[in-house]
Amino acid sequence: MELDVAILSRIQFAFTVSFHIIFPSITIGLATLIAIWEGLWLKTHNPYYLQLAKFWIKPFAITFGTGVVSGIVLSYEFGTNFSKFSELTGAVLGPLMAYEVLTAFFLEAGFLGVMLFGWQRVSPKMHFFSTIVVAIGTWISAFWIIVANSWMQTPAGHVIVDGKFEVASWFEVIFNPSMPYRFTHMLMASFITATFVVAGICAYYLLKKQHLNMAKKGLSMCMWIALILTPLQAFIGDMHGLNVKEHQPIKLAAMEGIWPAEEENVPLLLFALPDMEAEKNHAEIGIPNLGSLILTHSWDGAVQGLKSVPAEDRPNVPLVFWSFRVMVGIGFGMIGIALCALVLRRKNALYHNKPFLFLVSLFTPTGVIAVLAGWYVVEVGRQPWLVQGLVRTMDVVSPLPPERVLFSLTLFIVIYSLLFGVYLYFMRKLIKKGPPSMATLEQQLIGMKAPGYALAWVKTLNHSEQGEK
Amino acid sequence: MDLAFFYFLILGFAIFMYVLLDGFDLGIGILFPWFEEHHQKDHLMRSISHVWDGNETWLVFGGVILFAAFPEAYSTILSTFYLPIMLMLFALIFRGVAFEYRFKSDRSKPWWDFAFSAGSTVAAFCQGVILGAIVQGVPINAIELSSWIWLTPFSILTGFSVMAGYALLGACYLYMKSRDDMQQRASRYARTLLILILLFMLVVSLWTVVAQPEIRHRWFDGINFFLLSPLPVLSIALGYTTWVSLSNVNHESRPFWCVAGLFLLGFAGLVVSLFPYLIPRHLTFMDAAAPDSSLRFLLYGICIFVPLICGYTLWGYRVFSGKVEDYQEGY
Repeated sequence: MELDVAILSRIQFAFTVSFHIIFPSITIGLATLIAIWEGLWLKTHNPYYLQLAKFWIKPFAITFGTGVVSGIVLSYEFGTNFSKFSELTGAVLGPLMAYEVLTAFFLEAGFLGVMLFGWQRVSPKMHFFSTIVVAIGTWISAFWIIVANSWMQTPAGHVIVDGKFEVASWFEVIFNPSMPYRFTHMLMASFITATFVVAGICAYYLLKKQHLNMAKKGLSMCMWIALILTPLQAFIGDMHGLNVKEHQPIKLAAMEGIWPAEEENVPLLLFALPDMEAEKNHAEIGIPNLGSLILTHSWDGAVQGLKSVPAEDRPNVPLVFWSFRVMVGIGFGMIGIALCALVLRRKNALYHNKPFLFLVSLFTPTGVIAVLAGWYVVEVGRQPWLVQGLVRTMDVVSPLPPERVLFSLTLFIVIYSLLFGVYLYFMRKLIKKGPPSMATLEQQLIGMKAPGYALAWVKTLNHSEQGEK
Repeated sequence: MDLAFFYFLILGFAIFMYVLLDGFDLGIGILFPWFEEHHQKDHLMRSISHVWDGNETWLVFGGVILFAAFPEAYSTILSTFYLPIMLMLFALIFRGVAFEYRFKSDRSKPWWDFAFSAGSTVAAFCQGVILGAIVQGVPINAIELSSWIWLTPFSILTGFSVMAGYALLGACYLYMKSRDDMQQRASRYARTLLILILLFMLVVSLWTVVAQPEIRHRWFDGINFFLLSPLPVLSIALGYTTWVSLSNVNHESRPFWCVAGLFLLGFAGLVVSLFPYLIPRHLTFMDAAAPDSSLRFLLYGICIFVPLICGYTLWGYRVFSGKVEDYQEGY
């Protein structure tokens, strides 16, 4: 078989970026939750909040670490595998990513050390502050990378000079048409992902009758959060969808499996097997007119379909179509769980209903799966373009010998599979081990009472006295 | 001041900060196999586990500055050095996750020890090789040529030089962060490495001067050598000071700063040799510069955030100042 460097580079990028997003989508939300627990502990002195924070900080650390190392790869892969792309768009995307490093990466890294290891070295308030800064750092990081990605979806504010992109208005580049929707959608997705990870593990503990007090606290809190965030996310997702319809109609047509150049009375397809060759769907099951109603807010509104553009300008329809259904399906499952929790709570059965607890623990990884599926909709749906309507992916790949990319791709697959196995192994180990006991928490007093802090304090005093002399 | 030149300086600053900061923590990894006992290995890891992440961020910063300010250089250098860059990234992955997993492992601990030391060593070597290949001037558009064009006797030499240099920084850092037995060992290793690194600097300098006429002219034409002589003279002086202060425990942090100075001088020598090229005799920083609209936009960010970053990074180091032995901590 003839090896195609473009295909190999694309597979490699898709693989490495998919692997990477698993970790930030957990840490963005988890950092926020840890900050909330730490704050609640400082306010209420309820030790179970501290136990939650201290327990989750370990999974957080390994998730964050894996995210960091797999993220460094990405910042170099633009140049190694898509050299023409980075040369064409460097003036636009480069500064955005530089801002990400300046305002987020350094911030996270700078305060992460204190958050993880500084319990005994700084005051409780300073520690809390560090945790908050790490959480905010993850949001800022998400902001800039979504800005860069959104510009590739809905480019604005640029001019093309000698075939290369230059920026005419940074405001338009940053606040490009899809950015606000995509940023809120992703941030919410991370919060929800982390919420369900925490809820799932707490439900598991409740089923096993371990660490009951902490698990109850965690599950209850997460179900309240889910009750607010999951419906809100569905609403934001709907607005995002309308934005896609306006700016990337072909992507939307692929999401909904709409083939005719223009279709009225669009059904909402629950099941279908899109066929790119025959340019139609097989085995359709749908609800008549609901598609029109959702997309155009009118009973028989017309929607642009895939056949309005030539075949070479269409994305891989089955992949986009099904990824979208996976994401939405999980989303509705989560809303269902949040509602179930509300009902059970009223019956005082939230912590005892075994089928419910089992279901919640099954839902532990679904947030991650939904995030991945959502990103496949976004990224595959934009193809064959890398910058929507302006740069084709196949045209901007580095002219590397295919064997070289095959070599690195093979290594990535081997190493990342290993890494993922190890990650799951240690997650399991940490969960089996459970949170630090109350006795241990008492011993490792935090802040002023801790021996380490006292030592550091004395040293600082000595230092300043010497300074005065 | 010219914007492109400003970014040339910023790029230099980012690279130097990376070399200095990740240098010492990669160096700890390179020295790792020489410490056999478990508690010694724990000590080494604990001395840097709170800073490695921040230090590696400077590598990302260097990468994105190159991307943002000199897109053409970014795309050419990265695709030409595809293999060594990928190898470096793989190595950094292994050593990075080793920090997280080693302390949580029981049976698999020897594997994480290996991942940490091998990862650090390979990453350092790859960086040295890339540096050497750039200095030597790899034929551009070599992308299609042999995969091994970057691997020459000279680049292998620079690979080992960078490895030795990082190990020296690591030893000096350890000298600050430990007591008694560990400190004495650190001092012993540092002395050996100091001699090694001065030799490497000498050989690399002579080699470039002999092999590359342009660099020879830059250093020896007219009164140039007289003007540039402070670089070698100061290097020798700093080397001597390092040697002396390694036997005086009252100046625990002096060796580290002296070696940092030595690195700065070596880096300055490199800039003297290559200026104004980003890729020797092929692409200058002026030609590679991004349009003004991009450079100006990023300027604000750099002026505001780089000082802030330096501030809180310094604060982080102060929080964790002192000897590793004095604290029992984890998370």
